[in-house]
Amino acid sequence: MTTVVVEPAEPAAPAPAPRGNGRARLVLTRLLAARGAVVGALLVLLLFALAFGGPYLTRWDYAAPDFTALHQPPSAQHWFGTNGIGQDVFAQSVRGLQKSLVIGLLVALFSTVLASLVGACAGYFGGWADRCLMFVVDLLLVFPSFLIITIVSPRLKSTGWIAFVLLLALFNWMITARVVRSMTLSLREREFVRAARFMGVRPLRIILRHVLPNVASFLIIDATIAVGGAVMSETALSYFGFGVKPPDVSLGTLLAAGTSEAPVFPWLFYFPAALLVLFVLAVNLIGDGLRDALDPTAAGAPRRRARRKKP
Amino acid sequence: MTTTVGTTVDTPLLAVRDLRVDFAGPQGPVPAVRGVDLTLRRGETLGIVGESGSGKSVTALSVLGLLPGTARVRGSVQLDGRELVGLPGRELASIRGRRVAMVFQDPLSAFTPVYRIGDQIAEAIRVHQKTDKAAARRRAAELLDLVGIPAPDRALDSFPHEFSGGMRQRAMIAMAIANDPDILLADEPTTALDVTIQAQVLDVLRTAQRETGAALVLVSHDLGVIAGTADRVAVMYAGRVVETAGVDDLFAAPRHPYTLGLIGAVPRLDGLGGPLVPIPGSPAPLADLPPGCPFAARCPLAEPRCSAAEPELLGEDGHLAACVRSAELAEQRPAPADVYPVPEVPAPAVTGERDTRPQVLAVSGLGKTFPLLKGTVFKRRVGEVYAVDGVDLDLREGETLGLVGESGSGKSTTLFELLDLAAPETGRIELLGQDTSRLTRAEAHRLRSQLQIVFQDPMASLDPRMPVGDIIAEPLRARRAARDEIARRVPELLRQVGLDPEHAGRYPHQFSGGQRQRISIARALAVRPRLLVLDEPVSALDVSIQAGILNLLQSLKAALGLSYLFVSHDLSVIRHLADRVSVMYLGRTVEQGDVAGVFDRPRHPYTRALLSAVPLPDPAAERARDRILLAGDPPSPTQRHAGCPFRTRCPVYARLAEPGARTRCEEERPALAGDGHQAACHFPEAA
Amino acid sequence: MLRYLAKRLSYYAVLLVAAVFLAYAISAVALQPRTYFEAKVPRPSAESVEHQLTALNLNDRTPVVVRFGHWAGGLVHGDLGRTIHDTPVTDDFGRRIWVSLRLLLIGSLLGMVLGVAVGAWSAVRQYRMSDRLLTLLSFVLLSTPVFLVALFLKNGAIAAKDAAGHEVVPFTGYETPGLAGGLGAHLSDWALHLLLPTMSLALYGLATYSRYQRGIMLDVLGSDYLRTAEAKGLTRGRALLKHGLRTAVIPMSTMFAYSFLGIFTGAVFTETIFGWHGMGEWLIQAINEQDVNSVVAVNLFTAVVVLASGFLADTLHAALDPRVRS
Repeated sequence: MTTVVVEPAEPAAPAPAPRGNGRARLVLTRLLAARGAVVGALLVLLLFALAFGGPYLTRWDYAAPDFTALHQPPSAQHWFGTNGIGQDVFAQSVRGLQKSLVIGLLVALFSTVLASLVGACAGYFGGWADRCLMFVVDLLLVFPSFLIITIVSPRLKSTGWIAFVLLLALFNWMITARVVRSMTLSLREREFVRAARFMGVRPLRIILRHVLPNVASFLIIDATIAVGGAVMSETALSYFGFGVKPPDVSLGTLLAAGTSEAPVFPWLFYFPAALLVLFVLAVNLIGDGLRDALDPTAAGAPRRRARRKKP
Repeated sequence: MTTTVGTTVDTPLLAVRDLRVDFAGPQGPVPAVRGVDLTLRRGETLGIVGESGSGKSVTALSVLGLLPGTARVRGSVQLDGRELVGLPGRELASIRGRRVAMVFQDPLSAFTPVYRIGDQIAEAIRVHQKTDKAAARRRAAELLDLVGIPAPDRALDSFPHEFSGGMRQRAMIAMAIANDPDILLADEPTTALDVTIQAQVLDVLRTAQRETGAALVLVSHDLGVIAGTADRVAVMYAGRVVETAGVDDLFAAPRHPYTLGLIGAVPRLDGLGGPLVPIPGSPAPLADLPPGCPFAARCPLAEPRCSAAEPELLGEDGHLAACVRSAELAEQRPAPADVYPVPEVPAPAVTGERDTRPQVLAVSGLGKTFPLLKGTVFKRRVGEVYAVDGVDLDLREGETLGLVGESGSGKSTTLFELLDLAAPETGRIELLGQDTSRLTRAEAHRLRSQLQIVFQDPMASLDPRMPVGDIIAEPLRARRAARDEIARRVPELLRQVGLDPEHAGRYPHQFSGGQRQRISIARALAVRPRLLVLDEPVSALDVSIQAGILNLLQSLKAALGLSYLFVSHDLSVIRHLADRVSVMYLGRTVEQGDVAGVFDRPRHPYTRALLSAVPLPDPAAERARDRILLAGDPPSPTQRHAGCPFRTRCPVYARLAEPGARTRCEEERPALAGDGHQAACHFPEAA
Repeated sequence: MLRYLAKRLSYYAVLLVAAVFLAYAISAVALQPRTYFEAKVPRPSAESVEHQLTALNLNDRTPVVVRFGHWAGGLVHGDLGRTIHDTPVTDDFGRRIWVSLRLLLIGSLLGMVLGVAVGAWSAVRQYRMSDRLLTLLSFVLLSTPVFLVALFLKNGAIAAKDAAGHEVVPFTGYETPGLAGGLGAHLSDWALHLLLPTMSLALYGLATYSRYQRGIMLDVLGSDYLRTAEAKGLTRGRALLKHGLRTAVIPMSTMFAYSFLGIFTGAVFTETIFGWHGMGEWLIQAINEQDVNSVVAVNLFTAVVVLASGFLADTLHAALDPRVRS
């Protein structure tokens, strides 16, 4: 028995935004406008191609020594030179890069998922759940995560690098969780969340359908930057022997091996170092570009203040 | 010297000529102001009125060169014959605050949060005058006293966040007049304030103007504020002045269809003015203006020649309009409803005497306190906020009950208590005959669909990440409605609120403000509720859009037999839409009854003050009115006063002569008394 | 305000106790002093191992809680237990703490002050050449782990030494052993030794703080109160300094508390790389030797420093922002 009321006041066709999926396109336009992000994305693609395609480009294996070439500088044979026992530095570097990338990605993935769940639940439910979770966060924040990892990692020698990934992720989510929590706190008071609550939508569904999608842009940015951070932590820990352990190779172990010889045989040190810095830089550039593109408060155009005219 | 020229009588104090402002955008510059001419004479008040995006604030800001760096300003702004556009920063700084001072819209963000009010005012003095700190401080105290801030010496040491909104705006005005400026630019100075506070601040502005002899430029979206304050008015649309005239002339005989439409779209407190006429469509997009008159697309009087060229601002005796048919309008003086199509409201589905209709909502003695907490980690309860402290409501089927009150009166808390569908802290809520304190979980879940809400800000109440179709379907899904029912309902609902069902796949940000509010309404209607709670549903919208929503609500109510609980701070809207009204002050119901009764013969002194504070969009009526100005701000809800909570600001209490009468107000809490038209006052007839 | 600070302080005390227990439990469970003794040559007898472990309060057959209780009992009297070499932990602690604090304090303060200045300046000059250059530079720095920065600096110093034929900038230790001369000579020797390690830390701080400060300053640049300050006749420069920067430094106090974790991590690396016998170096060494009590001592040190910097940040925040005080 619905009566259809036809309301002539406003014409039905919305004039303001005739484009298709406006938001996605807007984000893409902004992203492309940020040159840094484009450069970063290209670099990351290139490094990924290198890490996973590199081993097929060279006939040298990362572990097999070439006894005819010890401590050789870069040449047509060995592009990045060789080390003291004749291993090919290029093969080692791409292998190490591969490992570092995988570790970085996994850590960022795990820690972001953990952080978003903890943060959203603490923020949405409040009360005791919030207080307990935040105490845990504060507790873990009292120590540099590095400290705990160095203590625990000798115990995990036998389990390999996956345990190392979990360990890194486990001590890398706290600050993100705090931000997600405070965003959830304000989202909870937002009218569309209230509206859902008054319509009878259940809490977990509200978190999944309304809260998390609305912190997604922050999470994407944060996860991007976390990849860089995780790679840095990995290399640092591996450098000191607390992370990836031989015979596994990562950028960190390569740097550790190359440091003492760096003044005399620079290629042992500077090739992996350059790959590391390049990758993290590229990831950070993407993160920064994403921030500008996804953040609804960031103006599309440069927010430039008045240029003073000289009297 | 150029300054000597300024003193001649012919030179206007401020002359804006062909002002154009563009903002840099991703697709090239977007115009905000497109050729504005304004003239301001000494001591006069010029009102600039327009809807959001009309360029009125940008015009005001560009006078002092306060626009952000993305703006490009062309044209000429002359102060006493001296050109300000392109003036070097240092010279502009010596004019700002000394000759031309500014009052901004949001007084909280306009004060630097870390400095004391007194220091910020003293700084304004010491920038331009060679005085020592102590003298500047004394002068600051004088100024605060002038704008009516109690205990000014103590107020000097307050931080901005310790002031109420009204106090901050007074302090802002004090700072603006610190150097006896020639011009005061006030950019929406009362928009963020409650109506009684707005009346106080407008009064302070007049005082300030009288004391300094300054000319005032008042920028506002509120026709009522303009009508009561301005001598001359400029109406802006799409970055241009479309009409300018003396205030009486403009309101009595508008010569531009847009002005006419604006006047017709504003609901009036006095119940005069006829049906609301919405202006169709939404404001012209400045980034992509069609050729010709920018208003042509919405104009009922548009002719083919309108889209050929943009009309010039022309006319005689100081009444100028930018319309090719302004002469016809001047001659015929049509009423808004003669020009704009007035939608027909269908006959109400629910009829019959009020007493015979079933009660939809009955609330009695509702109370809700919040703990007042101190400390960040180990929170301690240090007191109580009496947010709601005695609310009674009575709503019948097919009726609209208006709930009126200023911020902090407990309107929102009352609403959320209703919507919680749980046992209230004190009092009793009965919804559709069911006592909410006795509901089981399943019953409460079922009852939810009978009661739906439309929020104030449609942008905030629609999840930006969901397509509109999903948003509307959400309440249906929450009730586990069948898939095909949802598929059938969504287009039907969109049609019902006047939107195209084809657009169900779009996202909220692709719609205009008015359309978004229509989406909110469609979502609320999805589960066929019987009671709709409308929480300030039009206060975030421009007047021309607001009228369309109000008309839609009226049609829907009549067609579907809905009942509305309509919460608003805007008394004119309530008068227009509601059948009955309930007035709240400090968490209590102070007066309720039929709209006509309460508005025409208010019995509570607070209601009387509230009504007298609402500005009318009619300059003659505005001037003829007596205003009751309330003193100060409402007291803090953390204290529960014995006696009448309103007596601290009550003009009746202040005038009571017999000692026994005052004691009664101080000691005895007035209860709601009366039959049908009730008021909680011991002396309801002592007007 | 004092009330607010007292509240924070009591919360930190609770956190400290919980954190120290956690650190003790993790270290005691994860490290295996037993293997350290068993690996000694000649291999000691089982009873002797057992005896030594018990004497050092390291016996894994005693429940962790009991060991913690024993350790905490000593802590009350200022006793941090004994190292695995049977020397008092407090000896090492007392010696190394000053080495580390010197580096940490100077490095983090320098990084913060420079970072705030550079970030604010960069924001004011947004999208100009200088801003772009600073942005790129800070991105490169942010993308280089501190240990790598330290290694670059050290390698640079070695190259300089090789080129010049003598040491230009010292790159090992915190003083020249057996240096003769007066106080002046010692001071300049210290300063020279501080140069490279401090630089590695300060560069990290500079990059982090400046990015953060730039973002806050950009928000402040668009704020209403800055416009008000200009509207009352302040020149843009004065408005920026007096109203803009003053407000924009407030969030930095919170940032300071968080960033200290990063700075400390960085210090562990720089100490090890530049051969400073500080807390960081001690930690690495102690872990490798399964020296539980020394590891816990370093943890105690960081927990106290982190919480102290948190408290300092709260105090600063309250002092800078009147809205927190009320």
